Amino acid sequence: MPISQTTSEGQSTTTEHHPALVHQFDDMEQQKEASTFGMWVFLLTEIMMFGGLFAAYLIYRLKYYDAFVAGSTSINVSWGFANTLVLIGSSFTMAMGVWSAQKGSRKLQMWFIAATMFLGAVFLGIKAIEYYDKYDECHIPGHVIGKGFNAWGGCEAGNPKLGNIAEEIQERARRAKETDPSVEVPPDAAAIQIAQQTEIFFSFYFAMTGLHALHMVIGLGLMTWLLMRASRGEFGPEYFTPVELGGLYWHFVDIVWIFLFPLLYLISRHSGAH
Amino acid sequence: MAKQHSHPTVGLYVLIVLTLMVLTCATWAIAFINLGIFNPVVALTIAVIKAVLVILFFMHVRYSSQLTKVTVAAGFFWLMILITLSLSDYLSRTLQIGP
Repeated sequence: MPISQTTSEGQSTTTEHHPALVHQFDDMEQQKEASTFGMWVFLLTEIMMFGGLFAAYLIYRLKYYDAFVAGSTSINVSWGFANTLVLIGSSFTMAMGVWSAQKGSRKLQMWFIAATMFLGAVFLGIKAIEYYDKYDECHIPGHVIGKGFNAWGGCEAGNPKLGNIAEEIQERARRAKETDPSVEVPPDAAAIQIAQQTEIFFSFYFAMTGLHALHMVIGLGLMTWLLMRASRGEFGPEYFTPVELGGLYWHFVDIVWIFLFPLLYLISRHSGAH
Repeated sequence: MAKQHSHPTVGLYVLIVLTLMVLTCATWAIAFINLGIFNPVVALTIAVIKAVLVILFFMHVRYSSQLTKVTVAAGFFWLMILITLSLSDYLSRTLQIGP
């Protein structure tokens, strides 16, 4: 649609504007500013959603501290660490995708968006391995999905060690006793009770990582859409808002993981660290 | 105004991603050392530093308009209200059962 402009001589001329500019905005810059603002307001609602889960997690961690220590120590910190590096790498490729869209390189932005998708898929693959381990160890809460929650030796007949958090608790206490004789090894009943309470930890683990993984899947969908639009050469220095906003979403999901990693995997590895 | 819309260079992005990786390795290594009460403090401080780096540089907030900056700040302010007020209640209140 042509718009009218007045030249310095006072004559009215007609110029073509960018095809992506919609009529309610004066110019591309104003349109981008409005879109960025809208995206951030959406991200704030996301912060509140995950924030509620974080707050609930911290409150229950205070209430069932021993169980959270036991549950947190039982999950594999190496996978969580690897996934953090993978996701930070994907944030970098995403930032580079936005950068190359802004520079107007169709090929580069497609490569970087594809790399972001690849790293996102690696993340979900590692998450799937972790989830499978939880299934195998009977650490999926409830009795609807999987083999039924059991963290005190009843997961598999003939293999009382599999997923036995009660025994892990006693084992750790025995090891600690070697250096510090004041440590008391909890009796069977107490260890089993703590192991039973880890169900609440695993409920949070699955709710938080599950919601995060869902965001990753949505992010991969967004990246597919961006890749298609990028392949048609729709983005350049004048207009790359969708890549920029898709990037904001992707980085947000990265930030959620940056907090999930210490909360779920790291901060409870030493009892006494309240 | 023009300066607000400039974006970081590739070199800066590389520097940020390397810093994030180093911080991740640090927080992972520190988790195995028993610092008592400081384990969660150190881990969450590193997480906050990482998040701020991502927000400022990868999400371009440092280069954004005042409106965007205020919006982002408001979001995190409200998140702090949610977490600190909820936790201060649970940390300070003693549940009394029975007469």
